Amino acid sequence: MNAMLAVMRRDLLMVMRRKSEVLTALFFFVIVSSLFPLGIGPEPALLRKIAPGVLWVGALLATMLGLQRMFAADHADGTLEQMAISPTPLVWLVVGKVAAHWLVSGLPLVLMAPVLGIQFDLDPGALGVLMLALLLGTPLLSLIGAIGAALTLGVRGGGVLLSLLVLPLYVPALIFGAGAVESHISGLGAGGHLSLLAAILTLAVFFAPWAATAALRIALE
Amino acid sequence: MSNRLINWFKFASPATFYPLAGKMIPVFWVLAALFGGFGLWLSFFVAPTDATQGEGYRIIFIHVPTSWMSMFIYMVMAAWAAMGLSLNARLSSMMAQALAPTGALMAFLSLWTGAFWGKPMWGTWWVWDARLTSELILFFLYLGFMALQASIDDPRRADKAGAIVALVGVVNVPIIYFSVKWWNTLHQGASVSINKSPSMAMTMLWGMLLMALCLWMYSIAMALTRVRAIILERESHTDWVKQLSEVKP
Amino acid sequence: MIWNSASDFFAMGGYGLYVWGSFGVCAVAFLVEPLMIAKRHKDIVRTLRRQAVAEKLEMENK
Repeated sequence: MNAMLAVMRRDLLMVMRRKSEVLTALFFFVIVSSLFPLGIGPEPALLRKIAPGVLWVGALLATMLGLQRMFAADHADGTLEQMAISPTPLVWLVVGKVAAHWLVSGLPLVLMAPVLGIQFDLDPGALGVLMLALLLGTPLLSLIGAIGAALTLGVRGGGVLLSLLVLPLYVPALIFGAGAVESHISGLGAGGHLSLLAAILTLAVFFAPWAATAALRIALE
Repeated sequence: MSNRLINWFKFASPATFYPLAGKMIPVFWVLAALFGGFGLWLSFFVAPTDATQGEGYRIIFIHVPTSWMSMFIYMVMAAWAAMGLSLNARLSSMMAQALAPTGALMAFLSLWTGAFWGKPMWGTWWVWDARLTSELILFFLYLGFMALQASIDDPRRADKAGAIVALVGVVNVPIIYFSVKWWNTLHQGASVSINKSPSMAMTMLWGMLLMALCLWMYSIAMALTRVRAIILERESHTDWVKQLSEVKP
Repeated sequence: MIWNSASDFFAMGGYGLYVWGSFGVCAVAFLVEPLMIAKRHKDIVRTLRRQAVAEKLEMENK
């Protein structure tokens, strides 16, 4: 537990020293979400309809941008190898890294989403559901993304390859996350979608760290 | 050990599997031709015209088998990859590597034939039906597997990384399918689904089964042929390869 | 036999484009794939044979 927190603290410290990376991803989210109304038209009814999907896709893509950062720097300077041979099981250190990644990439998206939602004329209830859905979904994105990041460590063409590997796996999160907001808007209630999202998140919390650790060991051989 | 018992594990070595595969390939081609000939005959000359869809329904005789094969091959590929990962067996990983392109081709053909079926039946080339959408994602999973293996230089690392991708995919395919189905029923778009086929005449069912068997035999033949090429590529430094009749000067 | 003539068979009750578009592409695929694998096999055998010949010449010249 201590080791996990230590790794988390370390990753957060490193990000603080280079804030630009984090802010770039956040601005990417903002810009991409703003592009859609510019491309489609300002009609409020239409915007309200596309808002959940657009915001979720923006969140997915913004998360993708930051995934490589999870392991690449530590792999490059040998810290990752030290982590692998340390007495603490590598799984805990990976959990720490995923948690740090979420705090840096996911949480800001959750906090920024309502602001963007207002651009799309979403009502407060929908904004609340959106935040909750992203709160459940972004950790899922970080967990699954960790597997992809570990697999493509040090591989050429890594960034695009990472997207190809990870985006199909993100589809359930997208479907249930955006679906939650939509079903709230149409009056059906978001409960079902959110519970399913929570269920998938629970599954991922238990299995993704193991898969990512296995992938890391393969990359470190 | 009695000399009637075959020690199957000896074929886990590329050196012994290479000639065995070579002998097995023609058998599977013959089986594919037999099933295919019989299946096509049933599909085109015996199965009656459909009441609602006319002659256009005959596409199912190739669409459904390709869909089944794309999913089946993915399972088999993941199984081989898992074996290669857990037993540290190169040949198992090579089999997974050999199966992937054929599986991807089946997925692509399933999408293509699905589109060609959808156009006359529902008026559009693409329908966001749960099955077609899941098939599309399966296609991406195949491409991801192949792309990852192609971009890693060290073959053993590529094997193991590919195995993780394949296994994560296997766990995810049911989840993706379920989520897309949920999404689809809520967004009730197409009013007709491929599910709703009339209770099939026996000939139609037989036609599909025979074509599926044909594609299965074909896929095995392709995988065995490709794995032979992969074995030569990856084992080129070994003695037995250098002694092969086709290589020895 | 359920077709009255060859042209009926090719027309497929008006669905000819779709039925033959499907089966045709599949047939092409199932022809091209084995050819590509055969080429891959031939290429690696050729490469290995060249290597073997080169090694042999090297040994003879020593």
